[in-house]
Amino acid sequence: MADLSIDIRALVKRHGATLAVDHVSLQIRRGEFFSLLGPSGAGKTSLLRMLAGFETPDAGDILIDGQSMAGVPPNRRPVNLVFQSYALFPHMPVAENVAFGLEMKRVPRNEIAERVGSTLELVRLSDKRDRLPGQLSGGEQQRVALARALVNRPAVVLLDEPLAALDQQLRQQMQTELKTIQAQVGLTFVCVTHHQEEALALSDRLAVMQQGRVMQVGRPEDLYERPENLFVARFVGVSNEVVGTLADVQAGEGNLLPSDVSPSRGIRLSVPAGLQSGQQVVMTVRPERIRITPGHVADAGSNCLHGVVETMRYIGSEWQGVVRIGQSVRWTIHASNTASGSRPVGVGQPVSLEWNVGDGVVIPLT
Amino acid sequence: MNPWSSSTEAAAGLCSRFREWRLLGPGLLWTTVFCLLPMVVVLAVSLATRGTYGGVLWEFSLENYRDLLHPLYGRIFGQSLLLAGMTTGICLALGFPLAYYIARLPPRRQALWLIFIMIPFWTNFLVRTYAWIFILRTEGLLNTVLMQLHLISTPLDLLYSNQAVLLGLVYGYLPFMVLPLYAAIERIDPALIEAAWDLYADRWSLFRRVLIPLTKPGIVAGCVLVFIPSLGAYLTPDLLGGARSMMVGNLIQHEYLVARDWPLGSALSIVLMFIVMSSLLWYFHAQSPQTRERGEQ
Amino acid sequence: MRGQGIWLRGISGLGMAFLYLPIIVLVVFSFNASRLSATWQGFSWHWYGVLWHDEALLAAAVNSLWVAVLSTSLVVLLGVPAAMGLERLRGRGRQALDTIFLLPLVLPEVMMGVALLLFFVMIQWPLSLATVVVGHAAFNLPVVIVMVRARLQKLDPRLEEAAHDLGASAWQTFYRVTWPLVRPAVLGAALLAFTISLDDFIVTFFVAGPGATTLPLKVYSMIKSGLSPEINALSSVLVLSSMGLVGLSLAFQRR
Repeated sequence: MADLSIDIRALVKRHGATLAVDHVSLQIRRGEFFSLLGPSGAGKTSLLRMLAGFETPDAGDILIDGQSMAGVPPNRRPVNLVFQSYALFPHMPVAENVAFGLEMKRVPRNEIAERVGSTLELVRLSDKRDRLPGQLSGGEQQRVALARALVNRPAVVLLDEPLAALDQQLRQQMQTELKTIQAQVGLTFVCVTHHQEEALALSDRLAVMQQGRVMQVGRPEDLYERPENLFVARFVGVSNEVVGTLADVQAGEGNLLPSDVSPSRGIRLSVPAGLQSGQQVVMTVRPERIRITPGHVADAGSNCLHGVVETMRYIGSEWQGVVRIGQSVRWTIHASNTASGSRPVGVGQPVSLEWNVGDGVVIPLT
Repeated sequence: MNPWSSSTEAAAGLCSRFREWRLLGPGLLWTTVFCLLPMVVVLAVSLATRGTYGGVLWEFSLENYRDLLHPLYGRIFGQSLLLAGMTTGICLALGFPLAYYIARLPPRRQALWLIFIMIPFWTNFLVRTYAWIFILRTEGLLNTVLMQLHLISTPLDLLYSNQAVLLGLVYGYLPFMVLPLYAAIERIDPALIEAAWDLYADRWSLFRRVLIPLTKPGIVAGCVLVFIPSLGAYLTPDLLGGARSMMVGNLIQHEYLVARDWPLGSALSIVLMFIVMSSLLWYFHAQSPQTRERGEQ
Repeated sequence: MRGQGIWLRGISGLGMAFLYLPIIVLVVFSFNASRLSATWQGFSWHWYGVLWHDEALLAAAVNSLWVAVLSTSLVVLLGVPAAMGLERLRGRGRQALDTIFLLPLVLPEVMMGVALLLFFVMIQWPLSLATVVVGHAAFNLPVVIVMVRARLQKLDPRLEEAAHDLGASAWQTFYRVTWPLVRPAVLGAALLAFTISLDDFIVTFFVAGPGATTLPLKVYSMIKSGLSPEINALSSVLVLSSMGLVGLSLAFQRR
């Protein structure tokens, strides 16, 4: 494991009576863009602050480049944090902010000047080097905060909700920029965010956290295509679900006997290894994998459910609809806007929803 | 959360707690020795007996407090409370419109007006009191002008009266009222006032139902800031008041430095402090979150 | 709205006139040539000349400056660390200490003077200029603590974390980040404490020893012994200097 950058071993942190971080173990590779994704209160910020050294674990250990960080204060750690509020020193011009870390490390003067210059160039702020942080826009402040961390060439760059303070458009632009810069410098990035789209777009791998525990670790496509539990299925993307019992499991395929909807035929699905007939499961399908056709199709080639359109909204690139398919079961569908804005089906009309066998993901109910 | 200790939780614990005390220690020692201890001495002396030639005999007695029941002292306390109360009321009546006016000015002119409110605040109190002597005394500016205009034939007795003391107190402490009121009014979202107008409020109901509840903390702060120093005023009654306008401050000074009855003076001080502390307790009660919620319903 | 505007402007104008007319009158009449100070007899610098040659007055002014400088230095040295310590402290101890530290701020001045007088007599510390310095430092300490703490509370706690994260030690963090950010507040507080000390009459009145006459004590005795235009001139000088101090403190705050 020579390429391991961070090794988190059974880390525990209590805040009063609550377990903020509950026996978390994670391995983060060198040069990787790794995200911690989760709702607020999931413990991701606690984890990040323990990496930076601002909080002390109650149990477990953190190794960075093979070195235990136990008892190492923040100013001696090979990590640098990009704060959510940026925390730029308001009394220092941009260049001085960026030089701060190097000055603390007593790097020779000419080397400081050179590294600050090249880092400011990297974040395209060379012309703003003498401005005070208060005179910069939000996006520029964000880039200064990033430069201030990068210039030290730390083993790990930590980012706390790096784009949260920016507006939507700037956010997407900065996502691309952040990714490009990370690829250029080749440092390990660990990023905390509650914004799932951002996490998917930025990360090489990510961990989804909830209530102090890691729910799943993997590449963005692993998490989206093959969620291992309902929490991940629902938190990363939209999840259309049917509850039921597995039957006729054979050679990786089987039938679902749904308990809350009545399909015209049975539902076929691919079953991961280890699941057997008779097991209670949830099948989930992503909205964009569902084909919608007007009327109740009698005999479809693939899985099919009948329902009634409840709402249909137009967002430009696509139509987003809610279809009621059972007593209290509603599915969300996304239909591409391919027919010059014409409404695919009207509200209140009967429709058929079809999807391929391979698009239904099976999650065991425990 | 406390911003300072959260920064390095790793270093928290005994070691850093010692550091806090090292920072606090000298200041705490200073306040204890030169403020707390002297207060304890005053309390102790107020329970002792007066020596024959002044000074203090360490014999426990409540005599001094019993002496305070004398109608003369009661009259002076009553007069002090009345003057301080009237000062507070007049300052509020004058200060509220002034603060409101300033808070509704454009920001740059607001700053200018505030500076003008603050300059007297930074100006020597003696000098400001002296200005009134210069104006009000028998040969003073006001009488001179009035006589030259033939509005009066003999000078008016303006100085050395309770009215002059009241004037001096209002003059001295008006800035104390305006500043907290301004801070409170300035924080009100102008949309709230517009909403009240929109919902058919007249000027009086706007004032009573919207402005007063929203600025209550500022009103209370201003009243306390004016009331406490007016009650303990020494200079103003001493310079502008006559023989009959003595206030508690003058009485205490008299007992200490003229009558040399330290125990009685100390007892007076303790009673004065008791009144001040009660008004402060009321202040903190009015400022506490629960009370404020109720007040803002 | 319009009617209210006029009404408001009127009362605000009156309020301002009330605050400033006496001061303006004072300054104008300091240039009066007459001895009978309330009738105008022509412009003259005469009384400023008298002021300048009043040895006792100048001595008192020098005393006042010394007291203000010493007590302000003392109060800054004690108050700034105390404010930082209080901000770091958590829990119940903090509230108790708050009460103790703020006590001098709410005590009636007469009471403060009396208490200090009694205390100095009890510990047999002869009254002098030194006791005046101590007294001023006692009532000015909370002024510095309150103002510095207000600034500390407004600081983003993440700034210190950021410095720490970038490799700064506790001392480097203070020197490079915290101190530059609280410095304006400290200067403002020092200036206010200096002014209060210069202006104080009551506490000084009680704890000043024989011969330890400060400017306010001198002004007081001048007023008590009969008016002369010289007091007007002196007052004008004091008004002008306090305006200068206000300007200075505003300049500090702007930075």
